[in-house]
Amino acid sequence: MRKVRPREDLCSGPLSLSSGILALEIAMGDWMTVTDRGLSSESKTISQYTSEIKMSPSSLYSQQVLCSSIPLSKNVHSFFSAFCTEDNIEQSISYLDQELTTFGFPSLYEESKGKETKRELNIVAVLNCMNELLVLQRKNLLAQENVETQNLKLGSDMDHLQSCYSKLKEQLETSRREMIGLQERDRQLQCKNRNLHQLLKNEKDEVQKLQNIIASRATQYNHDMKRKEREYNKLKERLHQLVMNKKDKKIAMDILNYVGRADGKRGSWRTGKTEARNEDEMYKILLNDYEYRQKQILMENAELKKVLQQMKKEMISLLSPQKKKPRERVDDSTGTVISDVEEDAGELSRESMWDLSCETVREQLTNSIRKQWRILKSHVEKLDNQVSKVHLEGFNDEDVISRQDHEQETEKLELEIQQCKEMIKTQQQLLQQQLATACDDDTTSLLRDCYLLEEKERLKEEWSLFKEQKKNFERERRSFTEAAIRLGLERKAFEEERASWLKQQFLNMTTFDHQNSENVKLFSAFSGSSDRDNLIVHSRQPQKKPHNVSNGSPVCMSKLTKSLPASPSTSDFCQTRSCVSEHSSINVLNMTPEEIKPNQVGGECTNQKWSVASRPGSQEGCYSGCSLTYTNSHVEKDDLP
Amino acid sequence: MNFSEVFKLSSLLCKFSPDGKYLASCVQYRLVVRDVNTLQILQLYTCLDQIQHIEWSADSLFILCAMYKRGLVQVWSLEQPEWHCKIDEGSAGLVASCWSPDGRHILNTTEFHLRITVWSLCTKSVSYIKYPKACLQGIAFTRDGRYMALAERRDCKDYVSIFVCSDWQLLRHFDTDTQDLTGIEWAPNGCVLAVWDSCLEYKILLYSLDGRLLSAYSAYEWSLGIKSVAWSPSSQFLAVGSYDGKVRILNHVTWKMITEFGHPATINNPKIVVYKEAEKSPQLGLGCLSFPPPGAGAGPLPSSESKYEIASVPVSLQTLKPVTDRANPKIGIGMLAFSPDSYFLATRNDNIPNAVWVWDIQKLRLFAVLEQLSPVRTFQWDPQQPRLAICTGGSRLYLWSPAGCMSVQVPGEGDFAVLSLCWHLSGDSMALLSKDHVCLCFLETEASVSTACRQLGGHT
Repeated sequence: MRKVRPREDLCSGPLSLSSGILALEIAMGDWMTVTDRGLSSESKTISQYTSEIKMSPSSLYSQQVLCSSIPLSKNVHSFFSAFCTEDNIEQSISYLDQELTTFGFPSLYEESKGKETKRELNIVAVLNCMNELLVLQRKNLLAQENVETQNLKLGSDMDHLQSCYSKLKEQLETSRREMIGLQERDRQLQCKNRNLHQLLKNEKDEVQKLQNIIASRATQYNHDMKRKEREYNKLKERLHQLVMNKKDKKIAMDILNYVGRADGKRGSWRTGKTEARNEDEMYKILLNDYEYRQKQILMENAELKKVLQQMKKEMISLLSPQKKKPRERVDDSTGTVISDVEEDAGELSRESMWDLSCETVREQLTNSIRKQWRILKSHVEKLDNQVSKVHLEGFNDEDVISRQDHEQETEKLELEIQQCKEMIKTQQQLLQQQLATACDDDTTSLLRDCYLLEEKERLKEEWSLFKEQKKNFERERRSFTEAAIRLGLERKAFEEERASWLKQQFLNMTTFDHQNSENVKLFSAFSGSSDRDNLIVHSRQPQKKPHNVSNGSPVCMSKLTKSLPASPSTSDFCQTRSCVSEHSSINVLNMTPEEIKPNQVGGECTNQKWSVASRPGSQEGCYSGCSLTYTNSHVEKDDLP
Repeated sequence: MNFSEVFKLSSLLCKFSPDGKYLASCVQYRLVVRDVNTLQILQLYTCLDQIQHIEWSADSLFILCAMYKRGLVQVWSLEQPEWHCKIDEGSAGLVASCWSPDGRHILNTTEFHLRITVWSLCTKSVSYIKYPKACLQGIAFTRDGRYMALAERRDCKDYVSIFVCSDWQLLRHFDTDTQDLTGIEWAPNGCVLAVWDSCLEYKILLYSLDGRLLSAYSAYEWSLGIKSVAWSPSSQFLAVGSYDGKVRILNHVTWKMITEFGHPATINNPKIVVYKEAEKSPQLGLGCLSFPPPGAGAGPLPSSESKYEIASVPVSLQTLKPVTDRANPKIGIGMLAFSPDSYFLATRNDNIPNAVWVWDIQKLRLFAVLEQLSPVRTFQWDPQQPRLAICTGGSRLYLWSPAGCMSVQVPGEGDFAVLSLCWHLSGDSMALLSKDHVCLCFLETEASVSTACRQLGGHT
């Protein structure tokens, strides 16, 4: 375990993470070997050997660490290279071998028959081990990255949750505070209410008190008044006595002669008779008054009855012709009522019960009138509705069906459709049930045949359609190939032309001064392969390039982005590869996975290749390719003065 | 419209005889009786002292002149000028005197309301009625003159006695459920007696002729109550004006309230015509509603002329702030009068003294409001048609009819301040009374009246 420490220190240095992990794993392995050593009963020689070997590099390392006071970070590289020197190759190898074997890797040495023979280092094994280690490391890296991202995610989640928590806590706090505030307000309001109630009660009490006071004062006042009035009466009495008893001579009437009564009669003595007569007269007057009033009331009643009768008659005459009219929606009740009324009317006219004010007649009359009135009212309302409707419609067109009617109609139709559908469904169900229950082979086969035939026909149709499409495609392809051939021919002609032109120029140049050696160079450059040609053009005219490339690549890239939501990184390379291969296999039929594999070498060139590969798949690609070549030629022309 | 010349008058004592033939007026201690048509003096009687009260007997044969200061009543006969009668109440004193409906008896109320003496002109008999109540309207005769109701007070309780006028026999005597009875009034048909309490309590009781209590009505408690009461001529309605500024109309079938007429100071209803009196200088021309003074050359032109303008709603009327700490505050409905056909009711709210409200009784709503420039002193309906005469103590007479309004300047030297007025029976003329003078005003001829009637018919 002591040996592990320094390595851990080592990994804490500015080394790459991969090496650190390696070291860690190695350390782990070391620890495992220790346990293994204890447990496994292998040959002691080997173990001793390994232990012996093990000592050397670590001790060497420790020595170096001890003697060099320079910080580790500075000469890590040198130190790392110092693990294996010219001298201790063997030891290092054996050490590595041991270490690897403890991890379950195959031995670095070739299997030897005897123990004495020196084991040969197996390069293949070493390489395999290396590869496997690399793979392992990559895996670990991936895992680590995943773990880290997860960790990050979790951390952010945690943060988020914490912030949420704190926010919620705050909310809780605020709501609690609010609640407290509201409670406080409620309490205050209640308090106020109580106060107001108290005030109201006080006021009521006050009112009661004041009323009592008023009442008591009134009684007191009345009492005093009575007292005073009594005194006053006493005084009056006294005065009366005094005045009357004096036999005041002054109190007298001095009259020339008595005049006759207005009615010419003589005054009569007051007797019981006169009293009775007066009473009689009074009652007569009262009776007369009551009779007069009764007569008036009777007259009024008669008049009202007359009015009612007339109203009834008019109503009957008004309503009965309507009844005769062919109307669908006349209630049965109206008919009966009318007939009733007619009977009543007949009766009434027969017996002339005008003046009869007995209950039954009155009730009959009022009831019939009421009924009639109701009918009339409903009728008038209906008419009003109609009138209003007509009025509304009048603005647009009188013949147009009203919207309501329209809607009703549509609703009805919809309902009908629904019903029909349901009927069909039930029919189908019944049919199926019948089929299931009957299980008649003939019918079922017949039906199946029918279905099959139907399907066959459909398939045939589809097939023909497909064929047509295929034909179209083929025609297109032919046209493309033709175009390509034509292009090739054109190119060839162009090149020939160019060659001739260049030749002419060259001849001209030679005839003139030997200037413009660059032109010569240029010429030499132009004479190169078209690929290089292309590259040069690219480098020279970067501002003109993009639309050429972008014509090709975005098709692919867009597809890539479609399939991969995240942009492909180098670590996800394998995945993107597979994806791309999928795409290419779909889009480009003539491209095989074997062809793609070499693309693993460089990411940059794959792009190009894809764009090229996608060309035959889509017209765009092809055109872009064409345009590429065209622009090339164009650029070449431009370049030349 | 014509005006007679002006005659002298004192104490606003001027009355048409019930038959409409004569006009009696008093100048100091002289009683002058004129013919209504010719205005010639028919008789001239001289009394012992300044006359304080005059009254025609129902048959227009006698006139009584009361001199309360002296406790004297003098009766004069129109047919026999030499006939005389003098009643002396002596030391008992006199506070009121009136004819019985038969025109042969005189009822004198002694001082302190000790008793009512009934003097007969036919016989020597004298009757006494004890315990009359000292109140505003304690004696009431039925319109047919058969019965008299008298408010009495005995043992601190109110009673009503009904007498048969022909022989002064007591017909009914019953106590009324009132604290302090203030007034009694017979319905025009003579079968129902309205009895109301003092203003301290809103209470009106209705008694049948035979003493049965028909109904009692009280609109509210505690605050001041009834101020004025009027029966409609048809006996169908009883209008009760109260201190809360409202008139309540009771019906004669159930004796319940039919409606309530408030008298607000602002009128918002555009259906109601508000006539506003406006003063105008005469140079501006004659208003369509005001009449030119007849006989322009007779006297000097009045300094200004007034006419009615129809005010546009909302109208706010001039109100008096009532002094509440004094007795008999100037609030509430103090005057009420039904038109003779019972179609209209004229009222005056005492804290809006310049306005007369005319209510349509058929439709039970406000019909018109007249706002005068000065407080309304009195108003009286034409006995024949719905025409209201109003005076405000100024020199103008105001007339309202459903067709419209007019203001008339009373001609004469100086201002003739019309303090009171009384219609002639026929409705053709009326007497306008000022402090010292009387003047007769003759209204339109029959033709114009009939057209006015037609207009009214068309209107109502």
